Amino acid sequence: MSFRLDRRSLLASTAAMGATALLPGRALAADPLTVGFIYVGPKDDFGYNQAHAEGAAAVKAMAGVKVIEEENVPETVDVQSTMESMIQFDGATLLFPTSFGYFDPHILEVAPKYPDIRFQHAAGLWSADKHPMNVGSYFGYIGMGQFLNGITAGHATTSKKIGFVAAKPIPQVLLNINSFLLGARQVDPEITCQVIFTGEWSLAVKEAEATNALADQGCDVITCHVDGPKVVMETAAGRGAFVCGYHANQSPLAPEKYLTGAEWNWADVYTGMVQTVLDGGTIDNFVRGGLADGFVKMSPLGPAVSDAARAQFEATRAEIMKGGYSVIKGPLKDNAGNVIAAEGQAFAEDDIALESMDYLVEGVIGSTS
Amino acid sequence: MPRLEAVILPLAALIAGLAVFSLFLIGLGKSPLTFFALVYKAGFGTGFSWQNTLSRVAPLLFAGLCVALPARLGLVVIGGEGAIALGGLAAAVTGVWCGALPGALGLMLMASAAFCVGGAWIGTVGFLRIRRGVNETIASLLMSYIAIALMNHLVEGAFRDPASLNKPSTAPLPAALRVGDMPIGIEVHWGLGIGVLCCVLCWVLLDRTTIGFAARVAGDNIRAAQVQALPVGRLITGFTALGGAMAGLAGYFEVTAIHGAANASLVAGYGFTGILVAFLARHNPLAIIPVAILLAGFQASSGLIQRRMDLPDATILVMQGIVFVTLLLSETLYGRLRLFRPDRWEQRA
Repeated sequence: MSFRLDRRSLLASTAAMGATALLPGRALAADPLTVGFIYVGPKDDFGYNQAHAEGAAAVKAMAGVKVIEEENVPETVDVQSTMESMIQFDGATLLFPTSFGYFDPHILEVAPKYPDIRFQHAAGLWSADKHPMNVGSYFGYIGMGQFLNGITAGHATTSKKIGFVAAKPIPQVLLNINSFLLGARQVDPEITCQVIFTGEWSLAVKEAEATNALADQGCDVITCHVDGPKVVMETAAGRGAFVCGYHANQSPLAPEKYLTGAEWNWADVYTGMVQTVLDGGTIDNFVRGGLADGFVKMSPLGPAVSDAARAQFEATRAEIMKGGYSVIKGPLKDNAGNVIAAEGQAFAEDDIALESMDYLVEGVIGSTS
Repeated sequence: MPRLEAVILPLAALIAGLAVFSLFLIGLGKSPLTFFALVYKAGFGTGFSWQNTLSRVAPLLFAGLCVALPARLGLVVIGGEGAIALGGLAAAVTGVWCGALPGALGLMLMASAAFCVGGAWIGTVGFLRIRRGVNETIASLLMSYIAIALMNHLVEGAFRDPASLNKPSTAPLPAALRVGDMPIGIEVHWGLGIGVLCCVLCWVLLDRTTIGFAARVAGDNIRAAQVQALPVGRLITGFTALGGAMAGLAGYFEVTAIHGAANASLVAGYGFTGILVAFLARHNPLAIIPVAILLAGFQASSGLIQRRMDLPDATILVMQGIVFVTLLLSETLYGRLRLFRPDRWEQRA
């Protein structure tokens, strides 16, 4: 126990020294708010990290803010050092460590040491009874976006087979797969969706193999949930299939074949949070939202989207924007025949039950194990 | 003089590599001076820098030993990454099973499990080498992919904590089975201390025992060793297994000191950086210690270089790669420079 105290006093004295060094500067001029963004992969990956980097770019354009970024930071002791380094060397007071795996144990390890620094993490993991108050969670419900993707896919497919390249069979991914198929079935209940899991968040070779395998089986609209959808988009378009995007706008990769895409709208979310801090307020510890709340947006519809598809897409989106829309609703069975929802039963977007999803709905060809 | 040569040549290679890298920076329009000043500041310049650097050293020590020990027998083993993943998994699973035991006993069992699993994995590489003549470099590399796939499969299946929804992991270890920081005033976990101890013990084994002597004889000339009736097969299996056991301990410390569970984050490339560490240290376990600290310092500075100089994160990797190549080139100079051969000075005079 004694050395813990030593550590603290050391930290306190280091912090005090740092503070005295900074004092004159702070007193003379209003220093900008320094905001740090940390990405697990490259920030131009056309995917998860690019979506966050686009949000960071929007923050960069704000007055009185300085943005620092670091990419390719693994979910190890590395990210702890990066956070502390941003605080110690750059004076960052608001951090956005964006990868899911940064939270436990890394943010939880560092945050208690810096009670005046705010850590904002992109996932719904924070809970008031377990975690420090200077940590916050924000998260978007993007399944609805895959549902809208599915509607354009349902109109575009002629083989009635659509495909999904997925990283891991975890709840978030399963909800996206199920939403994609259910969207397509709004158009034609005969449509099936073949899913292939690659087992890794970022593994270009297997993503290309999976995409080719889907095309070989006759899938003519393909989407995905991996960190960087670039390989899937380019491979699928190269094989003549239509594509629906995910995470960010991938239309530059396949301008003719791109139908639409489910994108994060971090620019709005981040500028909102930073503005709150600039105004002297406190960001809520737990914020989440979907399409209707501006957390998620859709890519502009591509040239291959028919008028009928456009009409149904817009009508459904308008319905979703009203709030209270349910994608997972009865009568619904999983692809092993078990009842998921009875007639009349519906799961709202933010229903906690959806966060432990472990099934693929009827019409999805594939297995979670 | 050969000892002096073994110190000066790697240092010269290091400096030459950094010089080549500086040209690369100048080509990009960046100042090498700023670069090295930032590396110094972020890696070694302040108390926090040292903490940042030293907290990265432990896995590099163990991964370096995984390459250096078999190297004394002339084997190039590059699959430490897989042994780290499986060692970490073994530690985490053991920890879950003996959660009710007293902390010290549980930690011992976890370390033993990681030690044995890592040892068995790389030991198999040595075994395949002597029994089947399988090239150990290829075998260890391919087996590391199998190990990572196996770890992922088990973490997502048999050993998965049902509560780890979106990031499949083993069940979290109880607080009693977490290794803490060393009482040295900065936050560095015990992996560093044990890692340094292992380096010293391995040096004693190699340089001060008959077993180490036998290993070096077999590494220099396997036929001579066989003529002397040295147990070459057992030496190869033993040293590869010991190397793998060290990598397993790297996984153990990652799990018990950092992550608190086994999951895909265990695969972070330490096994591959360990190859560079061992080659820079010329497979001398004692030299591994300063080399690992130097490389950890480089890695600790990567972030500041990204942020301050607007260089990509791969910059530090490019630098490490150039240093590695100049180092391999310098290997050809051993015994050729008159500077290190006093016997030839007189011929000239």
